[in-house]
Amino acid sequence: MEYKISNRLRMASIVLIILGLLGVGYGFWDSHQYQTEADVKALLASEHGDHHGDAHASDTHHEETSHEIADSHGEEAHAEDGHHAAEGHGMSHEEHVLHQIHNRPYAALYVAAFFFFMIALGALAFYGIQYASQAGWSPVLFRVMEGITAYVLPGGLIVLAIAFAADSHLFVWLKDGITEPGHENYDALVAGKSGWLNKTGFFIRGLIFLGGWSLYRHFSRKFSIAQDNADDNRNFKKNFRISAAFLVFYIYTESMMSWDWIMSVDPHWFSTLFGWYVFASMFVSGITVIAMITMYLKSRDYLPFVNDSHLHDLAKFMFAISIFWTYLWFSQFMLIWYSNIPEEVTYFVTRFQDYQLPFLGMVVMNFVFPLLMLMNSDYKRIPWFVVMAGIVILCGHYIDVFNMIMPATVGDRWYIGIPEISSILLFAGLFLLIVFTALTKAPLLAKRNPFMKESEHFHY
Amino acid sequence: MEASKVIHAIYTDDDVLMNAVKKVKSERHHIEEIYTPFPVHGLDKAMGLEPTRIAIASFMYGCVGLTVAVVMMNFIMIQDWPQNIGGKPSFSYLENMPAFVPIMFELTVFFAAHLMVITFYLRSRMWPFKKAENPDPRTTDDHFLMEIPVHGNESELTQLLKETGAVEINLVDKAH
Repeated sequence: MEYKISNRLRMASIVLIILGLLGVGYGFWDSHQYQTEADVKALLASEHGDHHGDAHASDTHHEETSHEIADSHGEEAHAEDGHHAAEGHGMSHEEHVLHQIHNRPYAALYVAAFFFFMIALGALAFYGIQYASQAGWSPVLFRVMEGITAYVLPGGLIVLAIAFAADSHLFVWLKDGITEPGHENYDALVAGKSGWLNKTGFFIRGLIFLGGWSLYRHFSRKFSIAQDNADDNRNFKKNFRISAAFLVFYIYTESMMSWDWIMSVDPHWFSTLFGWYVFASMFVSGITVIAMITMYLKSRDYLPFVNDSHLHDLAKFMFAISIFWTYLWFSQFMLIWYSNIPEEVTYFVTRFQDYQLPFLGMVVMNFVFPLLMLMNSDYKRIPWFVVMAGIVILCGHYIDVFNMIMPATVGDRWYIGIPEISSILLFAGLFLLIVFTALTKAPLLAKRNPFMKESEHFHY
Repeated sequence: MEASKVIHAIYTDDDVLMNAVKKVKSERHHIEEIYTPFPVHGLDKAMGLEPTRIAIASFMYGCVGLTVAVVMMNFIMIQDWPQNIGGKPSFSYLENMPAFVPIMFELTVFFAAHLMVITFYLRSRMWPFKKAENPDPRTTDDHFLMEIPVHGNESELTQLLKETGAVEINLVDKAH
């Protein structure tokens, strides 16, 4: 059945984009109200009443490896003092805060852009797995997935463009002179990593990753549509082959992308399972959005062939991957917490000190909530229940990305305010517009898929 | 109330059996038990059995396992013999908790899994040295057996079962 985007939906997404643009503009304008250290001094003085000293952000930006790390239970104050003394380049606190204020709109934009991009990429990985495993239950959902993955290319290019525009506002390792010995910005650790972490490499890699993913998306979609009116399964077989190849390419490049685009905002810190961690986040977000768009289209009678067993399976995936995410979140945390190596543990010290609410709240939203909501088998078939769980999961994974980017860029000066919310609105509008326009481009049933019969009769 | 006389209808195909069950149920006869060589998907629903409650049992066993893990680690590592491992403070369960999470997880799974299997066996009345209940050894190979109590409607039932494709129909006196 052909889908036609309703005018209300199109209008709503355009309004979201406009509202978002206005808010983002306001965010940049607002952050430039503070031009000098004197402005910041006045701001800090006015904040002092309710802020009590802990305004000394633990700035992971300039975290010195030598500085002593307190345990996670409240000796951090010394660490902060010792840390400023240890810093080689005498940046005043005011100047530092000024940087954080200027970083905030970039970071807010980047977080939202990455979040929506990661939904599309997660859906693409899910789609690839369905083909590579020759799954029999899911072909009725293929067109929904293909619609979502239409956002991979534009979304990814936007993320790269923001990274390019933000430069050292997001990535401290892009500062001038950071690799030159003797320069005031010199950083031995970053200099040691500059073989990988350099501007040219970053963007070349980014384009290669995006190019690979979009090529797969392009051809897979092409074969999928060609299969609709084919007499044999040639296109399906091609799709099977390129999906298997894509998954190999994807799991390497996704990991590297997560180092480049996210982990490098804290260039001193590293975690070997970070790629998996980001993957879990994007996978569960992608599946959640597949479920939500499926339910939306089904409620409009566009997907009569989707039954509640399909919804049940998607909800099972949401449940399972939420637990998988928690497993990785905890594995990453526990090893670093246990070994307590300064350059690693600062990452979590900052998060426990300045981001306690989002950091622990995210675990509740991404783990406890879906665990309890979706544990019961019957609840996985109730659309409004799955939608509710899905909304919480999506908010939780936005906060997850927020927690990955913000501590390194704005320190303790975070807030979910106009810049953050408008960035979400902007990319939500863009995402909806692109995805639902892509859905109109092909029939919603991939009718000639060899597994279609099985999928239509899928019964759990 | 268990009837003393039952009919054993034997089938050789699970699809035929499924249709037979639906037919017998639609004629409002009670099916006492069905013996199959392998699990037949959807048979419980067709027979009108209540849904399993083993998931609830499993959840409770998991909670027991979690509690055991917390109590055990608290006793071993905090109260009885506090140890300084990796410079972690060792006099508070909460501050050491991350180190115990793998144990908490494993014991939750261990209790849930093992107790669930044991519950399942007991609930199915299977324990060591138990004499097999299935009335015909062929149900462990390739035959399906449906047991229906008889309340003086023997010929009517036999007729019905023949129509459903039973290959063999026996009237059995269940002596107690």
